[in-house]
Amino acid sequence: MSYEIQTWVRVAAYLGGGLAMGFGAIGAAIGEGHTAAQANIAVSRSPKNSGDIFKSMLVGQAVAESASIFALVIAMLLLFTNFANPTYITVAVMISAGLCMGLGAIGSGVGSGYPAGAACIGMSRQPGVANKLTTNMLIGSAVCQTPAIFALVTSFILLFTNFSDRPVNPTWAAILGAGLASGLGAIGSGIGGGLVAETSCEGIARQPLCSQSVTNIMLLGQAVTQTTAIYGLLVSFILMFKFMPASDTISSAMALLAAGICMGVGAIGPGIGEGVTARSAVSAISRNKDATASITRVMLVGQAVAESTGIYALVIALVLIFVV
Amino acid sequence: MAIEGVDIVKAAAFLGAGISMGLGAIGPGVGEGMAAAKACEAIGRNPQEAGLLTRTMLVGQAVSESTGIYALVIALLLLFVV
Repeated sequence: MSYEIQTWVRVAAYLGGGLAMGFGAIGAAIGEGHTAAQANIAVSRSPKNSGDIFKSMLVGQAVAESASIFALVIAMLLLFTNFANPTYITVAVMISAGLCMGLGAIGSGVGSGYPAGAACIGMSRQPGVANKLTTNMLIGSAVCQTPAIFALVTSFILLFTNFSDRPVNPTWAAILGAGLASGLGAIGSGIGGGLVAETSCEGIARQPLCSQSVTNIMLLGQAVTQTTAIYGLLVSFILMFKFMPASDTISSAMALLAAGICMGVGAIGPGIGEGVTARSAVSAISRNKDATASITRVMLVGQAVAESTGIYALVIALVLIFVV
Repeated sequence: MAIEGVDIVKAAAFLGAGISMGLGAIGPGVGEGMAAAKACEAIGRNPQEAGLLTRTMLVGQAVSESTGIYALVIALLLLFVV
């Protein structure tokens, strides 16, 4: 059973489009559902502020939605772009770009829903700080979206780089690995960043006077949370841009695919864990502002230890790419 | 592309190493994050005990790290020894 290369490319493009939109729809829907649930609770507590709460819910949901809109864009591109001179690498590119954007949208969609929900609850408690809450929510959700943007960038580079001068054999696996590293690596950082932003909105509603230090520590905690997504992006860039010499063994291809899987999956846990840490740190600071310095120090030490397994995954991925 | 038995075994070892370290990193990452989270909360309630709490946190995290190190060891064994 043999088909022409055009047939395989179309098969891969349609499959990739389905994967992009299917996975990409998961996160945003969960996040927006969470926001709406919290908004309902908020309105029931404080019906007279329903206007502000409703507005905040819609703005927060719009930010969470952007992750799945990225996935929609990639799915459309995969369905309707005609790629000239297809090779078997193009087949891998289609599937990889779809998987990358689909998986990459999960974390950011879920994560962005948390701060929006907490902002709605906060407005029912402290209507006076609605503006501060909205600002903090938007900053927090914007940081949550960065992993999805990393995945979008990787998908675009995959789709619009000309790989046709590369040898088919290890390159197909490098392409698939690049998509998985960036896509899977975005999940943990997106969710983790959302957890941090959630409690910072809660904290500002509880104690509006400390909003400045809460926002600062939120950004610090989120920045550490993003590091594992950046490792994923780094590994996928190496896999895309390093010229892999031609080989006729399956093991050289599997090493590159395994590097992508290792970094992508390995980034999930540290991303979530560091987010959990920063969430509690922000909450503790909003309760006891005087202890900010020692809480921040312990947060950073704890996050550094949680980061270690992400670094092991990075090391194994780099060994798989460069050593074996 | 002629695929030989040795090649397939090596390919499986590489894939196994990647999967081992990748999946093995999830648990310690989340678990150590939780330990650090509670340490932050505790220091917020009781800042005088920051030193004791930090020490307890680090010991707890070190134990939780061990499974991540097992995954690293298995990955390195698969890459270089087996």
